Amino acid sequence: MKYEVLVEGHLHHVELERAEQGYECHVDGEHYPLNVVMTARDVLSIIHDGRQYEAKREYSLLGETHIIIGSERFAVEVRDPRSLRSRRAAAAHEAGPARILAPMPGKVVRILAAEGDEVEAGQGVVVVEAMKMQNEIRTAKKGKVVKIAVKEASAVNAGDLLAIVE
Amino acid sequence: MFKRILIANRGEIAVRVIRACREMGVESVAVYSDVDRRALHVRKADFCEYLGPAQASESYLNISKILEAARRSGAEAIHPGYGFLSENAKFARACREAGIVFIGPSPESMEMMGSKTKARQNMKKAGVPFVPGTESGLKSVDEALAVAESIGYPVMLKAAAGGGGKGMRLVATPKELAGAFEAAKSEAQRSFGDSEVYLEKFIENPRHVEMQIFGDTHGNVIYLAERECSVQRRHQKVLEEAPCSFVDAEMRRRMGEVAVKVGKAANYFNAGTVEFLVDAQNTFYFLEMNTRLQVEHPVTEMVTGIDLVQLQIRVAAGEPLPYRQEEIILRGHAIELRVYAEDPDNNFFPSPGRITRLISPSGPGIRRDSGMYEGWVVPLDYDPLLAKLIGYGENRTQVINRLRRALVEYFIGGIKTNISLFRRILLHPDFQAGRIDTGFLDRLLTEKPVGDERTARRVPIVALAAAIFAQQPAPGAQPARNQDGLHEATPRTPAAQQSSTRSGWKSAARIEGMGR
Repeated sequence: MKYEVLVEGHLHHVELERAEQGYECHVDGEHYPLNVVMTARDVLSIIHDGRQYEAKREYSLLGETHIIIGSERFAVEVRDPRSLRSRRAAAAHEAGPARILAPMPGKVVRILAAEGDEVEAGQGVVVVEAMKMQNEIRTAKKGKVVKIAVKEASAVNAGDLLAIVE
Repeated sequence: MFKRILIANRGEIAVRVIRACREMGVESVAVYSDVDRRALHVRKADFCEYLGPAQASESYLNISKILEAARRSGAEAIHPGYGFLSENAKFARACREAGIVFIGPSPESMEMMGSKTKARQNMKKAGVPFVPGTESGLKSVDEALAVAESIGYPVMLKAAAGGGGKGMRLVATPKELAGAFEAAKSEAQRSFGDSEVYLEKFIENPRHVEMQIFGDTHGNVIYLAERECSVQRRHQKVLEEAPCSFVDAEMRRRMGEVAVKVGKAANYFNAGTVEFLVDAQNTFYFLEMNTRLQVEHPVTEMVTGIDLVQLQIRVAAGEPLPYRQEEIILRGHAIELRVYAEDPDNNFFPSPGRITRLISPSGPGIRRDSGMYEGWVVPLDYDPLLAKLIGYGENRTQVINRLRRALVEYFIGGIKTNISLFRRILLHPDFQAGRIDTGFLDRLLTEKPVGDERTARRVPIVALAAAIFAQQPAPGAQPARNQDGLHEATPRTPAAQQSSTRSGWKSAARIEGMGR
């Protein structure tokens, strides 16, 4: 089965084929015979060329998937070419309005930009308080604030829309 | 000895005290707020008392509710842990009036040490060395300017009732002083309800070294060992160790004797910590005294072999200290890492949420004092300290290597933690050489993380692992089973793709059709 996998933003073509002792795989055309067992939910033990890797999977609060090997963390995205949703998700990466999401649950304590304001990339838009700390949530995109989706003193959950910058 | 003790705290420290109680055959009473019914300390205790809403003022900081819980549960003593009410003299006095033993110093000692300016005046009388500065609160900007002029810039403005970096301002030139004075005053008023600020000469990149002392109610005070606490971020400690790599036996004795002098001047009993600033010439100055058990007490326990929490309970029950000064012998080295629910890759944002996976390190020389478990939801209402990972070994190098090994084993899934930061600290040549001061961590954070030669080798494996995982059902596909055996709501997860069925296309469409 073929997958397109983004590892830290770089595209890799992965082919998985079930074999007796795990998988016969190819990454970007190179052959990788793997011995794989799942030792716990979200934990794989992979042996390749005699070397053992423990790979763990987790989801970030914003829904990103991370793979952790040893002490390193990699953001990944798997596109199954047959899945409508991954095809849609791939399309969503292109230019357009940028949605600023709450990275953690908390309370909105201040709004730093009003609808219609021009903001620079890296400028704070909303301040969210969580765990006794105030955190400025910044926009990654330079542009115009077209929507502020929260009010001061409102509670937000991780992943909630705070603002849209276009 | 007490029959039953109430622990007026939560998280890892409440668990730590409950463990000491159980080892001593004392019954423990946990208290909890609305968001802590499932917390680990509640699960470990013999008895539990509900306090109220999540807000600390309605629960862990509420004196009358805690005393009421103690009465209801029949507790004879209260251990305050650290933070919350631990340094609140009013609480200690209320305990005394209610006929309940407060496991800590007297309210009088706390009051003497609680105000930094008052502590300064008293300690000056006892001949304790100080950083040059004012002994009482500053009345005006003019007074601040005059004092700053006489001791020389840069100077530091500090809140008299302060702690944790609140109400502190560094002032490099006279023209910045007026603005900083007002800002420090208003921050002090907001944080501590007391706008008194004082001024000290600023020592550039000092080391922060503290001495553990212990007193009993029979007038004995001893010192145990110093702790190096220079690795800080925004005046919050991140990593501590004992002993301190540049303190020799002679310096330890001199610091210890000063610390004991401080304790005796305050008629101190129970556990206390005397904090010092140490400059580049190894001159030490009294900074303040913390009248409670410290977060970092385990490193002292490791190198002295003394259980400080058990000793606190014994001393509170009226027992004399079982050790003389000359019986305190240090052995080996210990380092503690404070594991916080915060994201070091994203400006240290707090990261509350559900712990979906917890793999804990073990093996030689590793101790974990933790308040979390797999399936628990870290509430957003309290301090983000999740656990402390403590390494012990023959010498500093061995401890560093043990902790690096333990960090590879440690995995906390579902939330972000600062574990990756410790890897950088422990690998840093300055840290390894013991060249640390309070500016170390800020300098490290401006450096680019060093690339790992293993990274390139791992990338194809990561891509393969991601694809293999994508063939498995996502964790959200099965209801998560909590440790108490109750089913919880399914956490939100991205779409899962299943492909072991014959038609991958159909299967992918079916899963998406379920609206996941």
